[in-house]
Amino acid sequence: MAIFQKVEARTAPNSTKGFVHWIKYNLFSTPLNAALTLLGIAILFWVIPPFIKWAYINADFKGTTREDCNSGGACWVFVRMKIDMFMYGFYPSAERWRVNTIYGLFFILMGSFKFLKNPWVKVILMHVYFIAGFILVRGDMFGLTYVPTDKWGGLMLTILVAAVGIVSAFPLGVILAMGRQSKLPIIKSVSVTYIEFIRGVPLITILFMSSIILPLFFPEGVTFDKLLRALIGIALFEAAYIAENIRGGLQSIPKGQYEAADAIGFSYWQKMFLIILPQALKVAIPNLVGVSIALFQDTTLVLIIGLFDLLAMVRLSAADSYWLGYETEGYVFVTFIFWFFCYSMSNFSQKLEKRFNTNLR
Amino acid sequence: MLITLLRNPKVRGFIFQLLTVMGLVAFLWYIGVNTVANIEQRGIQTGFSFLNGTAGFGIDQSPIPYTEEDTHGRVFLVGLLNTLIIAFAGIILSTLVGVIIGILRLSKNWLIAKLARGYVDFFRNIPLLLQILFWYNVVLRSMPSPKQSYNFFDMFFINNRGLYFPLPAYNTTFYTILGGIVVALIATIALNAWANKRKDTLGEDFAVIPWAIGMFILFPFIAYFIGGSHLEFSYPELRGFNFKGGKTLSPEFLALTFALTIYTATFIAEAVRSGIEAVSHGQKEAAASMGMSHYQSLKLVILPQAIRISIPPIINQYLNLIKNSSLATAVGYPEIVTVFAGTSLNQVGQAIEIISMTMLVYLVISLFVSAILNWFNNKMKIKER
Repeated sequence: MAIFQKVEARTAPNSTKGFVHWIKYNLFSTPLNAALTLLGIAILFWVIPPFIKWAYINADFKGTTREDCNSGGACWVFVRMKIDMFMYGFYPSAERWRVNTIYGLFFILMGSFKFLKNPWVKVILMHVYFIAGFILVRGDMFGLTYVPTDKWGGLMLTILVAAVGIVSAFPLGVILAMGRQSKLPIIKSVSVTYIEFIRGVPLITILFMSSIILPLFFPEGVTFDKLLRALIGIALFEAAYIAENIRGGLQSIPKGQYEAADAIGFSYWQKMFLIILPQALKVAIPNLVGVSIALFQDTTLVLIIGLFDLLAMVRLSAADSYWLGYETEGYVFVTFIFWFFCYSMSNFSQKLEKRFNTNLR
Repeated sequence: MLITLLRNPKVRGFIFQLLTVMGLVAFLWYIGVNTVANIEQRGIQTGFSFLNGTAGFGIDQSPIPYTEEDTHGRVFLVGLLNTLIIAFAGIILSTLVGVIIGILRLSKNWLIAKLARGYVDFFRNIPLLLQILFWYNVVLRSMPSPKQSYNFFDMFFINNRGLYFPLPAYNTTFYTILGGIVVALIATIALNAWANKRKDTLGEDFAVIPWAIGMFILFPFIAYFIGGSHLEFSYPELRGFNFKGGKTLSPEFLALTFALTIYTATFIAEAVRSGIEAVSHGQKEAAASMGMSHYQSLKLVILPQAIRISIPPIINQYLNLIKNSSLATAVGYPEIVTVFAGTSLNQVGQAIEIISMTMLVYLVISLFVSAILNWFNNKMKIKER
C-alpha cells in the first residue's frame, strides 16, 4: 500500500507583484536587458542633470544687462530682454495690443465652437475671424495706423504663415483630390500632374520660384508683397499634400455610398458635398493634422527668402553685438516653442484617431 | 432639345473639360506674354548658353576638380554630386539609426522603450531647419580651435573646422583589398541564392550569416597579402594653424548629416514599429505553436510580413530626406540649391532657367525613387492564386 506523503504547498513567490518584481521583470530580465537598462540610465545621467544645472540651477533669470549673467549657466536675461522681438518682430510696440487681441479672439472663437452646432455658421465665423484679424494686424482702416508687412515678424508671423497657408490651401486641396478621383480624363491628368509635380520638388525651390519668378508672370506695375509671395508659394505647395490626404479619405468610402447617391438622383456636386466629402474628410482629419504639423515646421523656411519668422528673429537677436555668445539660449527657447506647438498638435491628432476609430466599429 | 443635351452626363463632362482646358490655356498664355515682356524690358538673357559661361567663384567642397575658371554647367554638376553625396550619407545613417530606434521602441525593457519613444517624440516635433542651425551654430561652432582639437588615437580630430580622419593611399594593396570585399559580396549573394534553392527543394536550413561574416573577414585579409601587404595611410597632421593630410568633413556637411539623420530616423523608426505591430498576434502564436524558435518565427513569419508594410513609408522618407537636403542652403553646404540656384542665379539672373533646372533635378530623383517603390510593391505583392 502506497503511503502518500503530504507535501506542503509552496508559498507564493514573494515578488510576483510590486515594485521589486516589476523592476526585475521589466528592466533586468536578461543580461542583455540589464546591460541596456544600465546604458539607458547612463544616457539619462549624462543628459538630464547637466541640462537642469545649466538651464535652471546655474541660470540667471533676473536683471537687464549682460553683466547680470555671471552664474555660469544659461542667460535667460537675454531671452527676457528680447522676448518682444521673438513674439512680434518689428511690430511697433504701441500697436502690439492688436496682435494680442487676435490671440484672444481665437480662444473666444474656439470656445464658441463648442456651443455652435451648424457647421456653416462655424465656417462663416472663421472667415469673419480671418478677415477681421487681417484688418486688425495691417491697419490702415477704421482709424488704425498702417503697419507694413515688413514690420511683421516673430512668432506672430510664424503662426500667420501656418494658419493662412493651411486655410487657403484647403479648398484647392479638396478640388485637386476630387479632380484626381474624377472620371474625366483631362481633369484627372491635370490634377495628377500638379500634385506629383509639387510633391516631387522641395518647398525651398517653390519659395524661390514664388519670390523670384512670380513677379515676372504679371504685367508691369502689379507688385506683390514679399509676405504675400511667400504665402502664395506655401499655399500652392501645401494644397498638393492636402489633396493626397483627402484622396486617402475618398478612397476609404465604400462604392455603395456613391451608388446610393446616384440612385436617389443626386448630381455630382450634391453627391460630393452632401454624401462623400463629409465622410471622407472625417477619415482624413488625423492625417490633415499631420500635414498641419509639417506645415508649421516648414514655415521656418521663409527665413531663407528673407522674412523674419520666429527662428529668424532668434538668429538676428543672437547676432546683436551686445548679446553676442548667447545664441544657445535663443535656440533652446525657440526649440521649446516649436516643440510645444507640434507636440500638442500630434497628441491632438492621436486623440482624434482614437475617437474616430471607435466610431467605425 | 438643348436642355436634354445639357443634362447628358457625357456632354456635360465634355463641356466641363473644355472649359478647364480653355481656362488653363488662357492662364498660361497670359503669364507667358507677361513673362516675355518683362524679360525683354529688364534685359534678362534667355536660353541655356549661360551654362558655358565662366562661373568665377570658388566652391570649397567638390568631389570633382573645380576651379574658379570653370563654367556654370560645371557648377551644376558639382552641386548635383554634392546633393547625391549628402542624400547617400543621410539615407544610410538614418536607416541605421531609425531601424535600431524602431526595434527598441518595442523592447520589453520599459526604460529603453520609453527612451526610444522620447527620442522620437522629441526630435520629430522640432523643425529640421532649426536642428540644422542648432548643430551648425551651437554645437559645431563651440568646438575648440584646431590647436586644441579633440584628439582620438592621433588619427581622428574634431575641431571647429570639421572632422579629420586618415585616408588610405590608393595603391595596389588598397585596390586588392577592395577587390577582396567585392568578391566576398558576390560570394555571399551566390551562397544565399544557393541556400534559398536548397531550402525550397530539400527543406533544409543553411546558416548563411556565419559564412558571410567569415568571408568578409577572410577575403580582404588574404587580399592584403596578395597585394603586397603595403597599406599606407595619410594621417591628418597639425601644420601651422590647420590640419593637412587625411580627409576632412566640413562643419556644414556634419551639421546637415546629423540633423537629417536624427530627424528622418524618427520617421523611419515609426515606420518600422508600425510595420512590426501590424503583423497580427495570431501569426506569432501560429509560429510558436508550430514549434518555431523565437529567431525562426522572426525570420520566417514576422519580418517578411513586417517588411512589406514598412518599406513603402521608409522609401517615402528617403524621398523627403533628399528634398530636405535642399535646406543645406541655410548653412552654405555647396549642394545644388546653394551653389546653382543660389550663387549662379545671383550672377546670371536667369531665374526661370536655373530654378526649372533645379526643380527638374529633384523631379527626376523623385520619379526614380517612385519607380523603385513601385517595383518593390509589385515584387512584394501577396501572390494569390
